[in-house]
Amino acid sequence: MASKSLKNLTAPLSGNNPVIVQILGICSALAVTVQLKPAIVMGLSVMVVTAFSNLVMSLLRNGVPSRIRIIVQLVVIATLVILVDQVLKAFVYDVSKQLSVYVGLIITNCIVMGRVEAFALQNKPWDSFLDGIGNGLGYASILVIIAFFRELLGSGSLLGIRIIPESWYIAEGGFYSNCGIMLFPPMALIIVGCIIWAHRSFNKDLQEK
Amino acid sequence: MKALRKIVDNLKPTFTRGGKLGFLASTFGAFETFLFVPNHTTQRGAHIRDCNDMKRTMIVVVLALIPAMLFGCYNTGLQVNLEGWTAFFYGLVRFLPMLATSYIVGLGIEFIAAQLRGHEVNEGFLVSGFLIPLVMPVSTPLWMVALGTAFSVIFGKEVFGGTGMNVFNPAVLARAFVFFAYTPQMSGETVWFSTWKMMGATDATTGATALEQLATTGTMQWSALDAFLGFIPGSFGETSTLAILIGAAILLFTGIASWKTMVSVFAGGAAMAYFFSALGCFDYPAWWHLIVGGFAFGAVFMATDPVTSAQTSTGKYIVGFLTGAIAILIRQVNPAYPEGMMLSILFMNALAPLIDYYVVEANIRRRANRVKKTVK
Repeated sequence: MASKSLKNLTAPLSGNNPVIVQILGICSALAVTVQLKPAIVMGLSVMVVTAFSNLVMSLLRNGVPSRIRIIVQLVVIATLVILVDQVLKAFVYDVSKQLSVYVGLIITNCIVMGRVEAFALQNKPWDSFLDGIGNGLGYASILVIIAFFRELLGSGSLLGIRIIPESWYIAEGGFYSNCGIMLFPPMALIIVGCIIWAHRSFNKDLQEK
Repeated sequence: MKALRKIVDNLKPTFTRGGKLGFLASTFGAFETFLFVPNHTTQRGAHIRDCNDMKRTMIVVVLALIPAMLFGCYNTGLQVNLEGWTAFFYGLVRFLPMLATSYIVGLGIEFIAAQLRGHEVNEGFLVSGFLIPLVMPVSTPLWMVALGTAFSVIFGKEVFGGTGMNVFNPAVLARAFVFFAYTPQMSGETVWFSTWKMMGATDATTGATALEQLATTGTMQWSALDAFLGFIPGSFGETSTLAILIGAAILLFTGIASWKTMVSVFAGGAAMAYFFSALGCFDYPAWWHLIVGGFAFGAVFMATDPVTSAQTSTGKYIVGFLTGAIAILIRQVNPAYPEGMMLSILFMNALAPLIDYYVVEANIRRRANRVKKTVK
């Protein structure tokens, strides 16, 4: 893999991350991160959709008149989202139930259309595909970090497995209690803020003067 | 006094920038101005300065909180069937660890933040740190107090730029955080009573607070006088309206809190309570709303916070009135939270800058019109 292509894959993971640098896709990042498992599934779904919508639009880019490109993009993205939705319903029904409308709402996720508009329409299919994978992974990684803290502190478990022993809880005579506010979306936003804070203090070039 | 001044003066060069321990300048400055009124003069312009600087102001607010705190301690003991001084000391033993936790955590974070930024350590936390244990139920675990304090200092204050820049009142924010994060430890029937067995304390007859009883049964087991004097279960400082009013008198006499905000909070609360009473939502006298729960405490000590409340005179009336009105509205209409004062203060904190903006705009328009008229 040429280093330039590789850069399409790695740049969105940190320096040009769609969630914490471009501040896109925040809505679903708050909605599906109460537990780790739905967050991982959601991240992968978005990755598949961004990757293939980028690929398809990049292949079509010379044949689509620019006046109707948004409609074409929507058709492609909507088709992919419905495919992903059906696959989830077929194989991981319980997670699909938890994600409810948010799978369908991937269509409106700014990252998907943003990458198609900003990248796929000007670049070759392979580069676009890698860019889609990279952005999907960048999104998924942030979701996983948020969901990790929310599930661990809010429910005391990870991926449904109990991490904090039952005997620690106040109800069982211990001292500990789950942080209920972690289950609310506002706390997810504060966690996003903390991630951005930490990320920027390590990446000096991202800091506003 | 002179000896102390001498020690401070001797140490000063070491801690000034360039000195051996220059990096600790903020910390040193904090302690120096805590002990002595700073002697610097204004550099430019003619400014008459009151000797009553921010630290001294904050101390007066803490003084005003003392009656509520003393009564809170006494009442804590009283609720576990103790009497007289034993009751008071029992309460004090429950109160001091919470106070220490809130000060150590809060001031610790403030010192670190000021040190990192090279700012002076600000004194705002002296009051917030005192308020935090006063708005917590007696049996709140210390680590929850610590977590609430840390949250409110970091996310309510430091990220906005420290003392004087905060949008929300730190003490209310700490309570709101603990309330939503650990709801079972902040509401219900048992949290208002201490379970520590010492000094001969016996099991308390646990039960709902006056406010919860009013919300669920439409009456309360105490007389209005008991509720006014504070012999009812509740958070540490909020029970005695009388003690709070003594504090209010101190704040108003020294001119530290704005009477406009304070009076209009009570007016707003009363107006809303009588409105619901007229609608027939409850049978008890409407003014009971002003003496139960955290209404009086919030009105006197939190709604009047000069940083987060409105800055303009008209704004103070509006913000105060709405704070009181919304508190009663939440109490009456929202079934989930029997107490609405905390949420209404936070809500009006967020709206205060907007209200100020429109008050200023209206003033500009009024004066512009006057100019237009005279020019014509």
